[in-house]
Amino acid sequence: MTATLPSMSAISVLPSKKTPIIFSVLAVIVLVSFGLLGNSQTASFSLTSAGDAFSLPDLVFPGRASNIVIGVLLAALAAYSWMLRAKGRVLPVWAVAVGAVLFVLAFLIWVVSGANINSISLASLLAGGVVLAVPLVFGSLSGVLSERSGVVNIAIEGQLLGGAFTAAIVASVTQNAFAGLVAAGIAGAVVSLVLALFSIKYLVNQIIVGVVLNVLVSGITGFLFTTVMQEDPELYNSPVHLPTIAIPGLSAIPVIGPILFKQSVIGYLMYIAVFLVWFGLYKTRWGLRVRAVGEHPKAADTLGIKVNRTRFWNVTLGGIVAGIGGSFFTLVAIDSFTKEISGGRGFIALAAVIFGRWNPLGAFAAALLFGFADNLQVMLTIIGTPVPSQFMAMMPYLVTIFAVAGLVGRSRGPAAVGDPYVKE
Amino acid sequence: MSEIKAPVLPDPKKPGNDLFKSITQGPGLVSVLGVIVALVIGGLLIAITDEKVGEAAGYLFARPSDFFSALWSAGTESYVALFNGSIYNSSQGFAPLLETLTVSTPLICAGLGVALAFRAGMFNIGAQGQLIIGATMAAYVGFAWHLPVVVHLLLVIVFGLLGGALWGGLVGLLKARTGAHEVILTIMFNYVALYLLDFLMNTEAFRRPGETNPISPILDANAIFPSLPGSRLHLGFLMAILLTIGVAWLLNRSTIGFEFRAVGHNPDAARTAGVNVARSTILAMAFAGALAGAAGVAQVAGTEKVLTAGVAGSLGFDAITVALLGRSTPWGTFFAGLLFGAFRAGAVNMQITTGTPIDIVLVVQSLIVLFIAAPPLVKAIFGLNRKKKRTSATESIKAGAK
Repeated sequence: MTATLPSMSAISVLPSKKTPIIFSVLAVIVLVSFGLLGNSQTASFSLTSAGDAFSLPDLVFPGRASNIVIGVLLAALAAYSWMLRAKGRVLPVWAVAVGAVLFVLAFLIWVVSGANINSISLASLLAGGVVLAVPLVFGSLSGVLSERSGVVNIAIEGQLLGGAFTAAIVASVTQNAFAGLVAAGIAGAVVSLVLALFSIKYLVNQIIVGVVLNVLVSGITGFLFTTVMQEDPELYNSPVHLPTIAIPGLSAIPVIGPILFKQSVIGYLMYIAVFLVWFGLYKTRWGLRVRAVGEHPKAADTLGIKVNRTRFWNVTLGGIVAGIGGSFFTLVAIDSFTKEISGGRGFIALAAVIFGRWNPLGAFAAALLFGFADNLQVMLTIIGTPVPSQFMAMMPYLVTIFAVAGLVGRSRGPAAVGDPYVKE
Repeated sequence: MSEIKAPVLPDPKKPGNDLFKSITQGPGLVSVLGVIVALVIGGLLIAITDEKVGEAAGYLFARPSDFFSALWSAGTESYVALFNGSIYNSSQGFAPLLETLTVSTPLICAGLGVALAFRAGMFNIGAQGQLIIGATMAAYVGFAWHLPVVVHLLLVIVFGLLGGALWGGLVGLLKARTGAHEVILTIMFNYVALYLLDFLMNTEAFRRPGETNPISPILDANAIFPSLPGSRLHLGFLMAILLTIGVAWLLNRSTIGFEFRAVGHNPDAARTAGVNVARSTILAMAFAGALAGAAGVAQVAGTEKVLTAGVAGSLGFDAITVALLGRSTPWGTFFAGLLFGAFRAGAVNMQITTGTPIDIVLVVQSLIVLFIAAPPLVKAIFGLNRKKKRTSATESIKAGAK
């Protein structure tokens, strides 16, 4: 490290050594452990699933040989990265992305070639990953909306859980899944209103409110689950589910068909929501104002933007989005509500916000990545790999630690996030 | 956009200032009122979901007295059962109080860890993970090694503290070196610890021979805190008291503690005054982790006597509410730990006798913290006046602003 204090890095001439070092380490790992010490069996990835219009051939890689090749490629990237650093430049984003994809591929080939069954369906890995990512995407959009306006949102977990609970109870009582969907949005908004009230009006530390809200929602839903839902599960906890809609024709395209054109209503809403939040934040006047409030509230206020009102509405909107995401648990994925049904996914969503650098598209990509990691873990357990499932389950968290520690490129949040604004 | 902003210090910002104002300077009256409001809301929640109340509500206008008496009895019965299970009841005398002390022990230790980090300007959400790693190392020493009396228990304690210190210190190190925010880091480290323990519990080294469930062997008799005959109360409680005294001394009387507080109040000023902020950050997180590790020791070497995947329960998160209620002072945390320990212990009895789910404790605990963190709200509820609050809040913002 050139500098112990980040404040000094501004004056250091050369860019950080982090990227070249990381790439060198990855190249060594792939070359030695995945390649030379890897399994010589082949790994095959099937691209077609049942019901496809036409079938694609399986991708087959010889385990050791392919990983040696990938290792050499990564080593070349590492060398390129060192070379660029010597000239005072950093590796372009596309090269980083290529490196990441290569590493993931090498990892997959290594695991699958070493497993009991040397074949895995790439199509269902991707499609299942998207499904698992749905609540994460909604949660991370909630985080983006709230944090872009300058309010830390640790309460995503609570918003998801509140949405899941309310969706279950309303969809059961009304026997209407769409009523459940709307109610979930309202529930998320209610959680958000508490966050907004305490953090904006009473100036309580936003992190405290978020942490406590998660406990509060967990307590209330757990309490009502036992006292109300379990008393009469038929009436209160047998939600009608949202149907999966397959678009005729398009859904039969291999690989991308099931991902894009065979989703639940919430799945389609996810794509729409990602686009709307991205478009809203970056292409409209409203978005410019929101970002201004999050970066420099005093300047925004000087220009006549109502800082606290903007924050209030953004936090609320975030709650609606996360609440809808929470309804995914009880209206699509699982038959009925159980305690702690969100199982910490709100925190993974938070990780996706940071990993995606507070950008809706970045957060979307990060959430998809975590969804895939989650699904990969499930599928690897089935084919029986040498990697314990717990280590796969750790992956999103480890990736996030690397991300926030700046090892995968620095992630910096909106400048004013966490600061309450008081007009003078 | 973000590039223009000069990279400032490793997040010197707010976790310090406004946090401290809200935690350390709220008047005692507001705390008591906050607890009362939280209990009343919890009681209402119990009452409205009660069946008898629901029935009486059906003929509310015919005989309103029925409704209100049902409402009152539903709410109060639960709290009476809570009291009977945590402090005193006619059949057992003060025996439940011993159970309260037992349950409080890990809450106090982990709460001290969160409080210490607060004072150094950091939000330690990682007590859960630190507790897990501490408990794991302590338990391993406890059942895998066989050592003479006293020495064994001491080693169990030392390794428990070390485990927690390692897990906390790692966060401190990452924060000091890279400027990563400790809230995110600690949340992520919690999950890593959880899965690590889950993994270990399925290995030969940790699982009890002949057992398919993930449960460790029972710790050696030499490795366990002696307990009071006829109760679960063990010497771990003494450890909690000693740690409280130790943290009080550390914060108020030692140089390191002074540096912690200086960094907590204003890292820039502390740096200018010659404090090594990076070192303080790492040390404070390591101490905080060690305290959470002590909570793990209290669990495996005292209350549970074995290591399971669920050893931490929700202790690490309860510890946050304990520290907040205790306003991050050592003795405040101690008594807050006792209060929440009483809630936990009593809730078991409450669930058995009145059928009120334990989750109500979570509701009451979190409401207490919310109300105490927002004195103006509590004052508004009770119609007390609120004029000074505004100015002090403004000042705290200014202090933090760039």
